[in-house]
Amino acid sequence: MTSSRGLTRLSAHRMGAGLRAGEFSARELLDAHLSLIEAQDGALHAWVSLDFERAREAADRADTTLVAARGVSAAPRDGSTPTLDALPRLLGIPVALKDLVVTRGRPSTAGSRILESFISPYDAHIAERLDAAGAIVPGKTNMDEFAMGSSTEHSAWGPTGNPWALDRVPGGSSGGSAAAVAAYHVPLAIGTDTGGSIRQPAALTGTVGLKPTYGRVSRFGIIAFASSLDQIGPFGRDVRDTAILLGTIAGRDERDSTSAPVAVPDYAGELPSSDDEAAASLRGVRLGLPRQYFVKGMEPGVEARVREAVAALADAGAEIVDVDLPHTDYGLATYYIVAPAEASANLARYDGIRFGRSVRGADVLGNYLATRGGGFGAEVKRRIMLGTYALSAGYYDAYYLKAQKVRTLLKRDFDEAFAQVDALVAPTSPTVAFPLGARLDDPVAMYLSDACTLPVNMAGLPGLSIPCGLSEGLPVGLQLIGRAWDEARLFRLGRAYEAITADAKWRTLEPTDLRALDDPATPGPMERVAIMGR
Amino acid sequence: MPTLSRADVQHVAHLARLGLEGHELDRLEGQLNHILDQYAVLAELSTDDIEPTAQTIELENILREDVARASLTPDDALAGAPARRGDLFEVPPILGG
Repeated sequence: MTSSRGLTRLSAHRMGAGLRAGEFSARELLDAHLSLIEAQDGALHAWVSLDFERAREAADRADTTLVAARGVSAAPRDGSTPTLDALPRLLGIPVALKDLVVTRGRPSTAGSRILESFISPYDAHIAERLDAAGAIVPGKTNMDEFAMGSSTEHSAWGPTGNPWALDRVPGGSSGGSAAAVAAYHVPLAIGTDTGGSIRQPAALTGTVGLKPTYGRVSRFGIIAFASSLDQIGPFGRDVRDTAILLGTIAGRDERDSTSAPVAVPDYAGELPSSDDEAAASLRGVRLGLPRQYFVKGMEPGVEARVREAVAALADAGAEIVDVDLPHTDYGLATYYIVAPAEASANLARYDGIRFGRSVRGADVLGNYLATRGGGFGAEVKRRIMLGTYALSAGYYDAYYLKAQKVRTLLKRDFDEAFAQVDALVAPTSPTVAFPLGARLDDPVAMYLSDACTLPVNMAGLPGLSIPCGLSEGLPVGLQLIGRAWDEARLFRLGRAYEAITADAKWRTLEPTDLRALDDPATPGPMERVAIMGR
Repeated sequence: MPTLSRADVQHVAHLARLGLEGHELDRLEGQLNHILDQYAVLAELSTDDIEPTAQTIELENILREDVARASLTPDDALAGAPARRGDLFEVPPILGG
């Protein structure tokens, strides 16, 4: 008999096996997670809205399905009821949604005051997929407003702590999802990644996060930031779980014309089951090490962990090849033209007329100015201003068009690298988790957090961040970058890395500050920021 | 690359329909110019013969069959409206007074 807290420590695939075997019910599994959330989220603030009642109803439905399937598996009938083996892998498994995934009848604020009272009249495609698979959604997670940020501090609802050090950021913008998975509040979560917003928080919280190929997952019902870059992806605590979640949400949906009609492999099913088999799969794989990704300002501890990981991959039989991505240094400027330009267009919809916050001014123009001026936070205003400027008459060619041309060069760098190698291996973030408040007043320092991740979005490629050890007691992420549509290879490589480091001591460590989360005297992140003198 | 004056910042805020306070304009003037300075590196690259990339997957002209199908009901579509009149969004007059 596993204890309530013990249940939360299992991987999602182990939870699925336990549910099928009748070791515990979906309701017991959910309640174990909800009691952790209830006890700890005051101090962590990973969540912005919770709906326990609805989650419990969904768990009870999952239990009914499980009982029926168990009956059929014992005594096969007409085939109208699925057997245990035929049930979706996520049946009964808790999954968190980032607060920009709209869900019918429930709040979806994208971390913004302008959507404080917004209730969506429809479900996002991925919310429908998760419901259909029987996954249980306890609530929505905190994020930088409209996904603009690398620390989750730009949320209108206050910051989130990092379970490894509560006075540090969990990364962003999907910081709530990353922190919830790291703190065992859920085994899986959904994030979005426009310049690193899944991979960087995964790295900073010691979790696994994948940014899929642009077009892999339908964005119908995802609150938009930068439409040529945004992509939805999974967080988990291991590669197999992350693969299961991608498999559940990926694929063409005709309501998003940018979702591609490309076949979706059985990502989790194709992973080797034993560590030996996983490790053996590294033999002969050609991995590129892009020298430009060991950037200025990279912490020595981060570089050391990444180079050790590369050495371990080489020892297991992978061939490491130095490659050049010569335009990498131009990625940051290019991204910070393209993304704000697209954001300024996407965020024009918040006009106070059709939905969301509405403040009356003297006339129509006055309504816009008051609604938008008071509804958006400082970082969102900064990006709208940058984007509006870059697209304005007389500057379009110098900024936006120029950036789109450099984007071609960035993409070409990757094309040339992938002519030589099967995948690239690099750091995810140049630093470990930084203290709350440390980069809040310096936008350019914050933007540098994504120097190693945003070129991947510019080229539309998949990138996987997996934990590769600790530096000064904080997690370091290893980034694997693949060819378009090659997520399956990234999962295989990530799984292989897990196998060859299965005995590493750092793998046995839980996040340092989990214990503090259980102490009712531990202040919430908002109060921590105040204590730190901000 | 040009730098933004206070008047430029106000002009861009107007284009973006953002009502900003004086202290916000002060901060943005400094921050936007600092960010624009970072863009200057792009001028080093010769891109005369380079085609722009707007999106990275080669999907074009995605069409579906021209058949009517269910969409949001008027009540659902108007559920979040700050003001409605019948099945319409209500807005202040934009012509005359």
